[in-house]
Amino acid sequence: MSTRKPTRKRAAKTAKRPAPKPVKQPAGKAVAKRAEAPPRRGAAPRTRGPGADAARSVAELMSYAYALEAEAAERYAEFAEVMEAHNNREVAELFRKLARIEHKHSEQILEEMGWTSPPRPPSTGYRWEGPEGPETADITDLHYLMQPYHALQIALHNEKRAEKFFASLARKATAASVRKAATEFMDEETEHVRLIEEWLARTPKPAKDWALDPDPPAYHD
Amino acid sequence: MTSKQGHPGRASVSVAITGSGGAGVMTAGNMLLEAAAKAGWYGLMVRSSGPQIRGGEAAALLRLATHPVDSLDDVCDVLVAVDWQNIHRFADEIPLGAASVIVGDPDQGDPPEVYLASGARYGKLAMKATAKSIPGSWPNMVALGVAAGLVGVPLEAVKGVVASSLKKSDALAASITAVEAGMKAAAEFGDGTRLAPPPAKHDGHWLLTGNQAAGFGAIRAGVRFVAAYPITPATELLEYMAPALTQVGGVLVQAEDELASINMIIGASYGGVPALTATAGPGLSLMVEALGLAVAAEVPIVVVDVMRGGPSTGIPAKSEQSDLSLALHGLHGDAPRIVLAPNSIADCVTTTQWAVHLAEQMQVPAIVLSDQFFGQARAVVERPADAPYAAKRATVGANAQGYKRYALTDTGISPMSIPGTPGVTYTADGLEHNERGIPSSGATDHRKQLAKRERKLAQGDYARHWADLEGEGEIAVITFGSSTGPVREALARAKGDGVSARLVSLRLLAPAQPERLAAALAGVKRVLVVEQNHGGQLARYLRSDFEIPGEVRSFRQPGPLPIRPAALHREIVEWSRA
Amino acid sequence: MSAVPAPAADAPKSAHTAADYKSDYKPIWCPGCGDYSVLSSFTKAFAILDLAPERIAVVSGIGCSSRIPAYTSCYGFHGVHGRSLAAATGLKLARPDLTVVVASGDGDGYSIGGNHFLHACRRNADLTYVVMDNHVYGMTKGQPSPTTEPDWDSKLSPGGTGLRSFNPLVIALAAGANFVARAFAGDPNGTAEIIAEAIRTPGFSFVEVMSPCVTFRPEQREWKHHVRPSPVPATDDAAKAARRLMTDDGFNIGVLYKGDRPPYQPPMGKGRKTPADLERGFAI
Repeated sequence: MSTRKPTRKRAAKTAKRPAPKPVKQPAGKAVAKRAEAPPRRGAAPRTRGPGADAARSVAELMSYAYALEAEAAERYAEFAEVMEAHNNREVAELFRKLARIEHKHSEQILEEMGWTSPPRPPSTGYRWEGPEGPETADITDLHYLMQPYHALQIALHNEKRAEKFFASLARKATAASVRKAATEFMDEETEHVRLIEEWLARTPKPAKDWALDPDPPAYHD
Repeated sequence: MTSKQGHPGRASVSVAITGSGGAGVMTAGNMLLEAAAKAGWYGLMVRSSGPQIRGGEAAALLRLATHPVDSLDDVCDVLVAVDWQNIHRFADEIPLGAASVIVGDPDQGDPPEVYLASGARYGKLAMKATAKSIPGSWPNMVALGVAAGLVGVPLEAVKGVVASSLKKSDALAASITAVEAGMKAAAEFGDGTRLAPPPAKHDGHWLLTGNQAAGFGAIRAGVRFVAAYPITPATELLEYMAPALTQVGGVLVQAEDELASINMIIGASYGGVPALTATAGPGLSLMVEALGLAVAAEVPIVVVDVMRGGPSTGIPAKSEQSDLSLALHGLHGDAPRIVLAPNSIADCVTTTQWAVHLAEQMQVPAIVLSDQFFGQARAVVERPADAPYAAKRATVGANAQGYKRYALTDTGISPMSIPGTPGVTYTADGLEHNERGIPSSGATDHRKQLAKRERKLAQGDYARHWADLEGEGEIAVITFGSSTGPVREALARAKGDGVSARLVSLRLLAPAQPERLAAALAGVKRVLVVEQNHGGQLARYLRSDFEIPGEVRSFRQPGPLPIRPAALHREIVEWSRA
Repeated sequence: MSAVPAPAADAPKSAHTAADYKSDYKPIWCPGCGDYSVLSSFTKAFAILDLAPERIAVVSGIGCSSRIPAYTSCYGFHGVHGRSLAAATGLKLARPDLTVVVASGDGDGYSIGGNHFLHACRRNADLTYVVMDNHVYGMTKGQPSPTTEPDWDSKLSPGGTGLRSFNPLVIALAAGANFVARAFAGDPNGTAEIIAEAIRTPGFSFVEVMSPCVTFRPEQREWKHHVRPSPVPATDDAAKAARRLMTDDGFNIGVLYKGDRPPYQPPMGKGRKTPADLERGFAI
């Protein structure tokens, strides 16, 4: 019996969600069905370590909370720029709005703590469960034809992860003050989840063929 | 002026020393050249050999003279053969005349018929036996002695050279005895091949190859980085530069191929260090892509192409001027570049120095078309005059407000930012770009950048060195590179026949200077274009990019044989009388 | 809550932030492309190392990944296809004072630039070589590259190339690279740390970044479910590293090999002679 680990390709094939097939369009066909990859999300890769340990102090917890919001804001801002460069202004505007919201959250934490500048990260970096903060969107979830609904799905996924993150911190906390603060954050994230769910409900769902592009990709270099 | 024996002596004597592998004919030839140089004569030596790496037949071809020489003569006056193994293969390269002298070792058989047919006088000297009778000596020292004797190079001068190359005293004494034996034998073969005395004043002569000259010129101009891939016949240029660069604070890197070598020098020059590579035709072919990058990104570099027979691998160790079209036209896109050709071995110093200067001044690639003849010929030359050419690049200072790397200046030259300078970072790009260097496929940016890159080439100070112009008359000979030597000699002879003609030796081949050439040719009725290739690449270029007055003829001859003055002399005289 | 001091920083503060290394020229990569992340890893790594932007040169060839230099505020060099390592080598050897980072992709770096890759590893100049590997040519619309799976169907190679895919890490190791790491674009912070470590390590450092192409290889979005930190720390034993790399499944992330071979740097700027001194060698 072979005990070899699956190859990268085999592993990809055995993934829970089958990978969307790359589009192979015979030359000359008018409609190229582009990669139908709706923004999807899943378990973040555990590339960094065991995940955040219980915060030892309120200050430590707050610095995590700050980093989480700041990182999320930064990523949404990047997304806004990317979508702008690709002429998807509606989604760009939505990401900009999300970036503003997350930025505001991070500012609130500074204010609350009376910090005049962002807390410095520990030398080993933040020990998130995945490679990035739990509210930070995955770069590969973007699609140039994505619609506001997709963007909100991304946001919802992130808020849910943040909620879970603080729930876990609250559970692991040994100090009552830390537990209290983590619970407060968890509750806030629960509220965000609810708000985004409402927002989603108001947002039109994309048509099935949202990713259709009649033209092939452009040639560059 | 007369020599010791009362013979007036000749202005130029050509000597071939031949033998198979192990005979040491190249060593003997080099020693003869050095001894003649010490005694005050000029001269040059080229090497020819069979395809074997070791053990092949070999010929040292020398021309010694009372004046600087930059070509081989029509006839070889002295042939000293240590043996005759396959030496008949050199017959084309060693043309003998009835007045020539052959010295051969009778124990090695008779001279090949192809040499005897010339009517040359055959003198016998048992070189191997003589050497054997002097323990520790070698037959090539006997050959050196006989050749020196026939030419009239004094024993003292030969002794000095032998002494400086042989440190061991036993070998030294034996070698000198062998040289003396050879010289003594030479006296029996007459004095018809003796050189006239050297010029009275001969301080400051240099002994070097064209490859060394080009390498030195580059260093003198400020080149401090070289990356290259070995290739015949450019390797010696690199071998000269490797230690020389280290001494002056530079480096030479051996790259994995020519693609790497040219990209390495572009990288170094982008970093602000004047950089050069040297190659031959096959390498230049590979470098074409990156030459275009240097044009587009405006990174100054110099590529010395020591031309050899082509196409493809061609004839690696023989000269040909057949890379001209590649150098002039061989890039995709509209890609202005500088193409220069030295026209003498000494000029390899100045022209390469000038190439570095122009490349740096105008932030363009410059191609220097040397060739195997110049590159591998070792010559005694006048010390080249100091030329005012140095690498001097327009650069920008720290934090310059609104800096644009590819700014559309009046001259087309835009100051370059050197990495490390704060506040003026940019990305050099082979993609078409705007003034800031940002990629752009816009029509306006493309048109303006193309015009800028073309415009800046008009800034070069070409007036002094674009061509060498000599003589008067209604006939003009246009040539370039190593064909200049035989042309000059042919014109001198024609003058003796009462035919005066102009020489135009183009040093600057691109950008084309049609106005300058038109002025140089004012009043000319006939133009002979001389080049060493089959296709007439220079003639075609002159037809396409210049206005050539009157009747135009193309004299072209591919390698491997050199263009000799006699054929040109005949052509010029006959045409003048037609 | 009352004001409490921020946690004591155990890391010295960098005078630079990642934003200091970004230019105002916006990327044209497809939304979702892993290269966005790698760009941010570059800038984060530079901030970790606290390097002045003008002391860094980012050199590239041609392809999606090679667009990176212009997106940074560092000195950039966007040269010709496959030759980035050569240009970077020339720059580094001529200017040892600069930090030279090379960006490439699997086509640029392993196909047309394959020979330079081998010789750069063996030369071991102090360069950091970051290859964004997505197993496809993106700029020319989806042709197979040396790392593409043999059965991957495309217009240019219908039914797949049938060719075994290239193992860049093992090749780098065999050719003499002094530092070999695999990173994943979905982990920009981890990748930044690896790149910083690669820059810090003298000699030729090779970082292969799995960077998904969402346009031509959308299935690579799944990579995030398969990558994991390398279960073992970096080794300085090349044979051990080779064995690991030959047998791993391609999803182990981290520094895999770190040697101590001294970098290649000829003594630029050391000689003190002048051309006039050299001239004496020609005098008779």
